[in-house]
Amino acid sequence: MSEYIIKNGHVFDPVQGIKGDKKDICIKDGKIVDKVGSSAKVIDAKDKTVMAGAVEIHAHVAGPKVNLGRIYRPEDKLFSCTPTKGMERMGGGASIPTTFKTGYEYAKMGFGVAMEAAMPPLFSRHVHEEIRDTPIIDEGAFPVFGNNWFVLEYLKNQEIENTAAYCAWLLNVTKGYAIKVVNPGGTEAWGWGLNCLTVNDPVPYFDITPAEIVRGLMEANEYLGLPHSMHIHPNNLGNPGCYQTTLDTMKLAEGIKAKNKFGREQVMHLTHSQFHAYKGTNWGDFESGAKEITDYVNKNKNITIDTGNVTLDETTTMTADGPFEHHLTGLNHLKWANCDVELETAAGVVPYIYSPSISVCAIQWAIGLEIALMMKDPMRCYITTDHPNAGPFTRYPRVYKWLMSEKARKQQIESFKHKDKVLSQTALGTLDREISLYELAQMTRAGPAKSLGLAAMCGGLKPGMDADVAIYNINPDKPIANPDDIEKAFSRCAAFFKSGVQVVSNGEIVSNGNKRTLWVSVKAKENPQVARDINEKFVKYYSMTQANYEALGHHFVPNPYAIEVDATN
Amino acid sequence: MTKVITDVICPFCGTLCDDIEVTVSDDGKKLLEVANACVIGTEKFLHSQSSDRVMKPRLRQDDGSWKEISYEDAADYTAKLLAKAKKPLMYGWSSTNCEAQSVGNEIAEIAKACCDNTAAVCHGTTLIAVQDIGLPTCTLGEVKNRADRVIFWGCNPAHAHPRHMSRYSIFPRGFFTGKGQMSRKLVVVDPRCTDTAKMADMHLQVEQGRDYELLNALRIALKGEWLPDVVAGIPSEKIREAADTLKSGRFGIIFFGMGVTQSLSKNHNIDEAIALTKDLNEYTKYSIMPMRGHYNVTGSGEVFAWQFGFPYSVDLTRGFARYNPGDTSSIDLLARGEVDAMFTIGSDPGAHFPISAVKAIANVDSVCIDPHLTPTSGVSKLHVPVAFNGVECGGNCYRMDNVPIDCRKVVEPPQGMITDEAFLIMVRDRLKKLKGVA
Repeated sequence: MSEYIIKNGHVFDPVQGIKGDKKDICIKDGKIVDKVGSSAKVIDAKDKTVMAGAVEIHAHVAGPKVNLGRIYRPEDKLFSCTPTKGMERMGGGASIPTTFKTGYEYAKMGFGVAMEAAMPPLFSRHVHEEIRDTPIIDEGAFPVFGNNWFVLEYLKNQEIENTAAYCAWLLNVTKGYAIKVVNPGGTEAWGWGLNCLTVNDPVPYFDITPAEIVRGLMEANEYLGLPHSMHIHPNNLGNPGCYQTTLDTMKLAEGIKAKNKFGREQVMHLTHSQFHAYKGTNWGDFESGAKEITDYVNKNKNITIDTGNVTLDETTTMTADGPFEHHLTGLNHLKWANCDVELETAAGVVPYIYSPSISVCAIQWAIGLEIALMMKDPMRCYITTDHPNAGPFTRYPRVYKWLMSEKARKQQIESFKHKDKVLSQTALGTLDREISLYELAQMTRAGPAKSLGLAAMCGGLKPGMDADVAIYNINPDKPIANPDDIEKAFSRCAAFFKSGVQVVSNGEIVSNGNKRTLWVSVKAKENPQVARDINEKFVKYYSMTQANYEALGHHFVPNPYAIEVDATN
Repeated sequence: MTKVITDVICPFCGTLCDDIEVTVSDDGKKLLEVANACVIGTEKFLHSQSSDRVMKPRLRQDDGSWKEISYEDAADYTAKLLAKAKKPLMYGWSSTNCEAQSVGNEIAEIAKACCDNTAAVCHGTTLIAVQDIGLPTCTLGEVKNRADRVIFWGCNPAHAHPRHMSRYSIFPRGFFTGKGQMSRKLVVVDPRCTDTAKMADMHLQVEQGRDYELLNALRIALKGEWLPDVVAGIPSEKIREAADTLKSGRFGIIFFGMGVTQSLSKNHNIDEAIALTKDLNEYTKYSIMPMRGHYNVTGSGEVFAWQFGFPYSVDLTRGFARYNPGDTSSIDLLARGEVDAMFTIGSDPGAHFPISAVKAIANVDSVCIDPHLTPTSGVSKLHVPVAFNGVECGGNCYRMDNVPIDCRKVVEPPQGMITDEAFLIMVRDRLKKLKGVA
């Protein structure tokens, strides 16, 4: 493999605490090293910014609901098609790009890792087929557990050990990465057209509450010592007043401590917190609850969050929160797709237009930014758009612009039709904080990598780590004249190395890299009861046999990278 | 000694049963018996053993006779045909696995071809309706575990999807449906008194081609509004009774087939059926599901969608993907005489397209990749027989509810015979050379 030395760049690396100093970065055999030989190819990064490859902690980029979005929204491809070009396969789609385009777009922005946020276990083979066809970036997928019948039945009797054994089995057979929870209990209730809107609403028939599910899964997660914590989308998403449910959910983590060998400190990751930080009682008195949410997270170190920034675009919402999508189609009257999945989960898809002329959308935009600006520790708050729910991931550079420049925020607020309402219902107008490049590296690299338990592998530029290195056309020594320059610089990196291979040069794809699928291989104690229960459910209630359920390696996961967890002790 | 292979997937219809047991000879070369499959599925497995199978690619000669050629020559011919053509049509894909479809898409991209699957003459109208209005659906296990109202509209699973009713929709005892068929009410809407209709609790014998009116009347009846005395040949009292039956269920499912997708009104029928499903969700829980035909037509749509963004009728001739059914769909392309090379795989347009379109196939250079002798292989210039997918090779397929199931190989293909995927890789590599693509 080639050797590279990246010279004269301004390096931002929270892992080593480097804040823009000029430092050479050496790459050899896919890793960052201390030094390389004289034959190493020299890359001049003078007047440029050098960071580790970015890490996406939560996006919907592969699988059945993403593809349902592609199938049922031909209009998303209007004006967004890209032809075959050199290395690149043809692509299309703005909010739900095709797999090839997804990989290229992430790489062009300097992303090395992306996590698919919700994998229905029954469809794991589909998710992995799409991951396989997404070039360059390493990907993992989170199977959903919060409405799974096994989990509901075990946790009803507080059987943490059995829950953990089942989670381990499911992660292994679906080649999954973490325990994801979406609207715990509510999506099972959706099987009957119902929902759970608080953490104490009982789940029909199963007679368990969302609070018991959440707490039980956190305990099971720590019992196994998985690299990532339980990753939650709480109940009551998107409704005025939902911040209270979010606080109730976060309180469930009190007293639980992280137990793992990966350096992860949190036991709960609250995802797309913007959607869960609403005050008010209706859409008229709708207001921000960002302060309440961030005050709580600032004080409680065992929680990490991501933002879910609204980008003011036309997009396609998709979530395993089936009842929410039904509610949303009732609000905007756009086409509704839904798929209930036997014994496990459900999903819904509805297009959405975040219009700057609608006060609620503008307030949502402000809340997402408020959360990022009010969080004191950038290592515990990560930037996402919950792609494609609050906006497409291709808008990250624009979100960075808003966070890094008060001027850009002011300009945007000025352009709103209801700017007075945005200022009165949120505190964004009073926040003058501007995120620095170092903080940005924490929020998009070191932070999410640590939260995912990948701190030893990616998110930094320390020798020994994977050589994911992005170089951006931005000179930190010079003041930024125009905020749009930030967006431009982060949209297309000058160069990007993925696992030591140069994949992007001057914003163009030059190699398809060597993409890997990240998954967590758990060695758990034998549990005859769980094995028997699994067998019984397949015989009686699943529509396929147990022998055909597993996502086998041969073509679903052609290039796996398994993270080993030993939970036998 | 013989061996029994369990959990085998049946490569016939969209029901994609995965509990088949196949007995094979000790050396794994002969398939002897098939258990659990329906009569059609059994025949599909056993047909692979027939003695009249075509074993080698055959090229049509000027005098009309066939000449056997090697796979290498067949791949050369196919690659040249695609390289030369200005607007090749690559049609079919529904009876092969996703791996082969994926290689096919690579070929199509290099050849700038039009790609289409059998949805074009089947559930393509469903896809258009879904793009209009959405689709509340579920997996088949949800039907098994929850459904107490089952509606078959314009389809006849008793004959077309023989094990559908016993595995998923009518008879199984699920988690919340412990009494099996006793816990379900079956409504069948069909102008004919089919074997499925004979089993129904309620058969609405709709007037031929009046499905839209009946669906609309049901929506009105749900809201308790005024109806004419008779709609689509059904008295209004019966429509109101049907609406009450639907509404009173806890979990309902509408299955529909070609009787509504390819009769008068086409996609508009499905629009209305989905609207009815949405309306029913205001009262209780309802889903709707197309009864997909070929065992992997769904998979073809999925692979097209994640690679090109559209589920069928994709036109790549401009170097990027376009989708405009009616313009980019197979029959229309053929009928307008725009196609100058025809590539068919895993389907039989010769038997299902209008004769004008079949004539257009016969008039151009063409290749048909199919283990069987079909009307399409009959009109094609080159016929490439391949191993039976799902019998002689494995590969991923998607069930009618979009659940992926990996097919199994149960016997060795005949000596020297290769798979769809292997042949397509040969074509792809040759085409890349001809086109000078890296």
